[in-house]
Amino acid sequence: MDAVLLARIQFALTVGFHFIFPPLTIGLAWLLVWLVGRYRRTGEADDRALARFWVRLFALSFAIGVATGIVMEFQFGTNWARYSRYVGDIFGAPLAAEAVFAFFLESIFVGVLILGWNRVSRTTLWVSSWLVAIGSTLSAFWIIVANSWMQTPAGYITRNGRAELQNFWQAVFNPSTMPRYLHTVDAALIVGAFFMMGISAWYLLRDQHVEVAKRAFTMALVVGFLASLGAAGIGHWHAVQVANTQEPKLAAFEGLFETQTHAPLTLFGIPDAKTRTLRAAIQIPHALSLLVGNTAATEVKGLDATPRADWPPLLATFFSFHLMVLLGLYFMAFTALGLLLLWRRRLFGNRFFLTAALWSIPLPFLATQVGWMAAEIGRQPWAVYGVLRTSDAASNAATVPAGQILASIIMFSLIYLLLFNTWVRLLRRAIHHGITDEAPVRIDDPGARR
Amino acid sequence: MSILQTIWFGLIALLFAGYAVLDGFDLGVGMWHLFTRGERERRTLLNAIAPFWDGNEVWLLTAGGALFAAFPPVYASVFSGFYLALMLLLLALILRAVAIEFRSHESSPAARSRWDAAFALGSTVAVLLLGVALGNILRGVALDAGGNYTGTFFGLLTPFALLVGVLNLAMIATHGALYVVMKTEGLLADRARRWAKLAWGAYLPLAVLTLVAAALFPHLRQNYLAMPALWLLPALALLAIILTGVWNRAGQPGRAFVASGTGIVLLLAAAAAALFPSLVPALNHPAWSLTAHNASSSALTLKTMLILASAGMALVLGYTIWVYRAFRGKARWDEGY
Repeated sequence: MDAVLLARIQFALTVGFHFIFPPLTIGLAWLLVWLVGRYRRTGEADDRALARFWVRLFALSFAIGVATGIVMEFQFGTNWARYSRYVGDIFGAPLAAEAVFAFFLESIFVGVLILGWNRVSRTTLWVSSWLVAIGSTLSAFWIIVANSWMQTPAGYITRNGRAELQNFWQAVFNPSTMPRYLHTVDAALIVGAFFMMGISAWYLLRDQHVEVAKRAFTMALVVGFLASLGAAGIGHWHAVQVANTQEPKLAAFEGLFETQTHAPLTLFGIPDAKTRTLRAAIQIPHALSLLVGNTAATEVKGLDATPRADWPPLLATFFSFHLMVLLGLYFMAFTALGLLLLWRRRLFGNRFFLTAALWSIPLPFLATQVGWMAAEIGRQPWAVYGVLRTSDAASNAATVPAGQILASIIMFSLIYLLLFNTWVRLLRRAIHHGITDEAPVRIDDPGARR
Repeated sequence: MSILQTIWFGLIALLFAGYAVLDGFDLGVGMWHLFTRGERERRTLLNAIAPFWDGNEVWLLTAGGALFAAFPPVYASVFSGFYLALMLLLLALILRAVAIEFRSHESSPAARSRWDAAFALGSTVAVLLLGVALGNILRGVALDAGGNYTGTFFGLLTPFALLVGVLNLAMIATHGALYVVMKTEGLLADRARRWAKLAWGAYLPLAVLTLVAAALFPHLRQNYLAMPALWLLPALALLAIILTGVWNRAGQPGRAFVASGTGIVLLLAAAAAALFPSLVPALNHPAWSLTAHNASSSALTLKTMLILASAGMALVLGYTIWVYRAFRGKARWDEGY
């Protein structure tokens, strides 16, 4: 296999695995602000138990996020050396800023949040939870800045055989930064909320820790509903931005082959690049034009506006995008139903709904994965859209031969499999241990042997 | 040659020095982890570093990010050139990071022992590899005109690079053991004092040997011959290393730890002074060396980054000091999780 393809597989694997964790910890971090804040206010034992329980699950996930994040920071240099040389003048800065302004903040205060329960005051714990939440949300900002610059590069000039910075703020706030950042953070809240709902539902179904589980469930439900609504609004904003700045990507999302006014919105279909048609299409007439430009007369560029060689892979882009939208609709419907049941006071007796909440835990993770697939596969064949092709971005094949990349893919696959299994196993252990102040592991050590 | 390029050369060195001193002690603790006796000692050891290790590791990410931002060709050449070595480093860092957290959630002693082994092995391998990498940078590597490394993985395992790797093991082992002496009490502290003595016994001669070996490379001697005042750096480094051992024997772990940290910084300063302005000397063709002049980002990027980094790092130092104060005092086995 060729080295560029292997490098892409490796990047997809490592970033995909890494990205299981940051949305969860960002979402949970904000929910923890509320839980720790409540403990700060009341000082009650059950509030302390609830907060510490969730800190425990947070810590397990945070650790893997940190460990797998190091790989990402190194990978541009190891596998994408030509990319690094070409765009380092612009792309390195947000990565460094992420470390300086965000990683330090979250890493240092996460220590206080995990270990400070018998050492610092309740207010300090609460402030630490705020700083962890702010730190992790800021780190998302800088990494989205970096990635958005790859989608819609701005504030640069091509000089001395590379892209050089011309205006820092234009590069930072390039056209896609804000919609994509808010979309990502909003998605993280959905991930965190469904995670908390699902695990709380598990306790409710088993009649354990009922009072605190209801408390956590209710809060997560409200956050989940608001975030799901937000996802629709922000998602729309983002899609309009894609339509304006990355035409072939939107065309691939929608399976739109011909440039047209009164363009339809595709609910389902199978894009066929050979015949340039959308098979088995189910569409809403005019709707895409309406969504993009507020009038049906808006012209939407189809794939015909882009040379064939510059099309993104259609099937993967189309289906990952549509699956994300479908899941987004499910999150909205599910949380709206939950609020309705809560209002009617029928929520916590409804075993069907609670079981559905439990089984819904993986869905927001899936949605974030396919959302990113749509974003990244939809950018192909470019590493930096319109500026640098992916095929020109990888490391020199003589320096990093395909065999070495393959070896590292195998290494990462094995170690990530181990990490994932351990994560799930230890989460289950911590959950079975219960919502309690007490640590799950008791050390009954007879004392040091001499 | 702009002043910004010089400043960034210094800042990169400073960030790596911060990483070596801070993450150095928790990596060093990892190296000794399996030499403890019993669950309580292991728990104490982990509690001594638990609130800090994660923040310490961010120094590496910051140094890497800053290197990418300030000297992209260096980041690209070194990271792709040392590919397999870096993949092993990543494996080691991943394992030790998750081991610290996972271990505390495991109930079976066997599972805890496995994570203990991963923590110790990961820490040791990471220290060795980072030392070997620095050794290669100092010695210089084979580059082509485009800055690509043209050697092999085994080409990185030269005697000098391995010497620096072993020196790093002894240095970090000393540093970590002194941290344990400082942060614990009783039998464990006594044992750690002996560990520090043992590691220091290797550290001092290795440091002397490495300095002599480095001075045999003409390109590393150049700056020192042009500016003899630089000899103060290795001289003071050796003095700090000697004081480290003296104070440890005298039962003053706090002073010994500070001396050890100072020794690490001075050794790295001596290395940076020898390299300047080179970041990666090209062995085969000196003109192809990557230097602060020919491999930096644009002046605008360097300036913007300088403003961001100064503001950010001031904040970081502030709350880093706060958290070390919040968790000051002796570590205990029954605190934390």
